[in-house]
Amino acid sequence: MQHIVIIGNGISGITTARHIRKKSDQRITVISAETDHFYSRTALMYIYMGHMKYEHTKPYEDWFWEKNRIELKRAYVEKVDTESKTLTFAGGESMPYDKLVLATGSKSNKFGWPGQDLKAVQGLYNYQDLESMETYTKDISRAVIVGGGLIGIEMAEMLLSRNIPVTFLVREGSFWNNVLPDGESEMINRHIREHHVDLRLSTNLKEILSDENGRARAVVTDSGEEIPCQFVGLTAGVSPNIGFLEGSGIETNRGIMVDPYLETNVKDVFAAGDCAEFRETNGERRNLEQVWYTGRMMGEVLAETICNKPTKYEPGHWFNSAKFFDIEYQTYGWVWAKPKDNENDFYWEHESGKISLRLRWDKETDKLLGVNNFGFRLRHHAFDKWFKEERTVQYVLEHLRDANFDPEFYKSHEEEIVNQFNAENGTKVSLKKKSWKRILQLVSN
Amino acid sequence: MSSVDPSLSIANPDLKDADVVQKAGLALAGLGVLVLFLSWGGVAIPPSIGLPIALLGILVGTVIYSARLYLNQPEGIKNNGVWFRSLTSRGVLGWVAGIVLTGFYVLLYWFPEYIGFKASGNEGFVALFDPLSMFFKGKPASQWFLYGTLYTLCITALGVKFLFKYRHNRYQFVRTLVVIASQLFLAYLIPEILAGLNYNDVTTASGEYLGYFNTDLKNSWPLDYDFFYDWQLNAFQEPSYQPVGTLYLIIGIAMFLVVTPIITYYVGKRWYCSWVCGCGGLAETAGDPFRHLSSKKLSAWRLERWLIHSVMVFVFVMTAATIYGYFWNTGEVFGLNIYKTFQQPYGFLIGATFSGVIGVGFYPMLGNRVWCRFGCPMAGYMGIIQRFKSRFRITTNGGQCISCGNCSTYCEQGIDVRSYAQKGQNIVRASCVGCGVCSAVCPRGVLNLENGPEQGRTDLPPIIIGNESIKVSN
Ligand SMILES: Cc1cc2nc3c(=O)[nH]c(=O)nc-3n(C[C@H](O)[C@H](O)[C@H](O)COP(=O)(O)OP(=O)(O)OC[C@H]3O[C@@H](n4cnc5c(N)ncnc54)[C@H](O)[C@@H]3O)c2cc1C
Ligand code: SF4
Ligand code: SF4
Repeated sequence: MQHIVIIGNGISGITTARHIRKKSDQRITVISAETDHFYSRTALMYIYMGHMKYEHTKPYEDWFWEKNRIELKRAYVEKVDTESKTLTFAGGESMPYDKLVLATGSKSNKFGWPGQDLKAVQGLYNYQDLESMETYTKDISRAVIVGGGLIGIEMAEMLLSRNIPVTFLVREGSFWNNVLPDGESEMINRHIREHHVDLRLSTNLKEILSDENGRARAVVTDSGEEIPCQFVGLTAGVSPNIGFLEGSGIETNRGIMVDPYLETNVKDVFAAGDCAEFRETNGERRNLEQVWYTGRMMGEVLAETICNKPTKYEPGHWFNSAKFFDIEYQTYGWVWAKPKDNENDFYWEHESGKISLRLRWDKETDKLLGVNNFGFRLRHHAFDKWFKEERTVQYVLEHLRDANFDPEFYKSHEEEIVNQFNAENGTKVSLKKKSWKRILQLVSN
Repeated sequence: MSSVDPSLSIANPDLKDADVVQKAGLALAGLGVLVLFLSWGGVAIPPSIGLPIALLGILVGTVIYSARLYLNQPEGIKNNGVWFRSLTSRGVLGWVAGIVLTGFYVLLYWFPEYIGFKASGNEGFVALFDPLSMFFKGKPASQWFLYGTLYTLCITALGVKFLFKYRHNRYQFVRTLVVIASQLFLAYLIPEILAGLNYNDVTTASGEYLGYFNTDLKNSWPLDYDFFYDWQLNAFQEPSYQPVGTLYLIIGIAMFLVVTPIITYYVGKRWYCSWVCGCGGLAETAGDPFRHLSSKKLSAWRLERWLIHSVMVFVFVMTAATIYGYFWNTGEVFGLNIYKTFQQPYGFLIGATFSGVIGVGFYPMLGNRVWCRFGCPMAGYMGIIQRFKSRFRITTNGGQCISCGNCSTYCEQGIDVRSYAQKGQNIVRASCVGCGVCSAVCPRGVLNLENGPEQGRTDLPPIIIGNESIKVSN
């Protein structure tokens, strides 16, 4: 029996472990320095906001691990010796392995700002960050968040739930505008302000000032303005958590370099999830994929490979989702901030200013390339299938009702959308009625 | 982890932030509740003044308070601080509320004289409701009239609060309008009016009592377990109640034999449990702040299946014995006394203790659906249909689930929705009451309550979509 050791009990490590267990009888150990059990990192905000307690964020009950013979070890791995196939923990203890999976996730970026290591200055990535946020946001009168991405806006929502006024410094001219096209980005700017966040666009952090106890007391922006605050959230992205691998002989760049089988340059050592960096680029995808879904998929694939069925990581069509305060966002396929030269663009926004749809399609073939939907829900199966079948934008609009995933009784907007599309593009797309027959075909893969 | 200090405020963790209007609303509702307690305590408040103050105070006060609270914020999910508040996280206030509620039910069922119900003439709490009862049907209130009135008031006032809270969600909005209307008309006004028109619950001028039958159309057997008791069957047939009595008898039988299976086939048991049922109505409105307290453990699910099916067997056996006794005109079956062996234990254990005392009294401890989940034989009956022969399912949206756990946490029926969603599997569960809250709280748009073809409804997809690496099913 081989001993498979997985460092990291996040979605990637745990998915790998679960699927290895489904397929084999090998001994499995999962190591983490963060928490005893797997919990959902994406739900950190809801613990702080009082929607859930930590225990609710654990997808499996505590008995699950023993029942499935997945050994859990709470420890920090300080050193990996790939020659002797041994891990050394902080504290000196060691553990041999036959196969090693590195699923060590990310850490928050710090860009060398003066004052970035003061007390009450932190990112939001792990459970310890949450505890520290709990400590440092007690009885404060203002918080400043630096970095306008997904974690930044979550942090703003968290702080507001405790009635803490927030100033939000965003480098871009509009929220997350390096990813979102102008219309959507503008919509979220408005929504952030509707929640009374002091949103500062095109503003950079220059330094963080300390009080006499070494705790942040204010930030200074690049315009020289000093904003008094007692907490600073640094949310300018994340990068792979790989510091402990130095000297191990495992090749790294920004992340741990892997081939399409998720294998590193060292035999029997693999990497998955946020910390893995692909040597070869795969289509439009980034070499570092730092989202929940890709971590899960890499785990599924890696389990196959480890169980002697070498399998390449071949993700299907890109999808993602998020929620900006009260506005839900889903995306399928590729929607770039600015359309590429070969792409046509369509944007519809509801008069409420909180619902929108964007479509991108190929100028020549009319093939749909991507969709962004805000404030209403679309069926993943529909778009996944339509991309595979290379459907045109006209086909997709015709069948939009099949893709609507809003709850019953919701007002639907397909008619308005199609009318605007026809008017702008001189087409005669006419909507089809929702058909369960077609929906079932979409779902059966 | 150390969390925020539990707040002792009942309604809002941040009462300090409540504005004047909100405070006025709360004060008005508080005044109404105070009048109820004072009259219970024997303070002589003239009912003709006290009753309107109590009822309107609670209704109007709650509406003002919640309108102001929710309309002041952008629409969206409002679960901030649920686990920090004493009332909603099994804190001191939760326990106080639980004990008061439980105590009230114990008195209501077994010691009504302590809330003022006296054959010789009501006092205190019950007497407060005399004017309204006189208005409807020309006789003094009973403890059940008091209970029905307060029950309807709770569903209406807190239902309106729910409407404000979920105004962004049309499923919740429509559903809650129906919940309120069902209680107000079907369960309360129509029965009281029928009694007022002498179609039910009549005592003749010569002092003869003609009997009482259940006139809440939607309160179907087996939830209404005494439907076939002889006093009820006799009342249905009482000549002076016709044609209403016979109509209710026929509709009552059609409800569980025909209406229930057909509608449940098309839309799931939700049409009943979270749209029209009285128990469900209270759970969805007054019980809404407690829905997250239901246990999601696998062990709770095991217990649930044992309990609910045992109650179903119990009600079935009890009813069979009852019907046998009625037609063969005997008080015994196999030498067992029907009342003592079947009806009395069922009424005491299930009818009163389980559905009433525990079902509502334990909201702040075990969540708002203890009865519906572990006990209700009607829910059990429809659950079997929903699980095996129905078009209803909760569809999951491909690979979009981030396993956050909001859905499971806020499922009042303790279903571990996430365990399905993260596998991309539809949720087809006997116990789902279709409240739609899992779908509402999901931050990634993963869950949708749908009625569609039965084909493939419960299939586990071979692999969650989005991953092309693995094509074989496993
Ligand atoms: C607040 C927040 C919200 C997010 N929301 C979303 C979202 O909505 N959708 C989405 O797609 N993605 C989201 N993400 C990103 C997503 O959570 C990550 O992509 C995903 O969790 C990465 O999983 P992983 O298994 O690769 O690593 P991780 O979950 O980071 O797990 C790695 C684990 O390894 C441990 N570890 C690392 N090094 C060592 C060591 N040397 N010894 C012992 N243990 C070690 C770490 O402590 C950690 O517990 C969010 C991230 C955050 C922080
Ligand atoms: S599964 Fe969803 S709809 Fe069903 S009872 Fe639970 S929360 Fe309500
Ligand atoms: S609430 Fe939505 S995203 Fe969260 S676990 Fe449930 S289905 Fe998944």
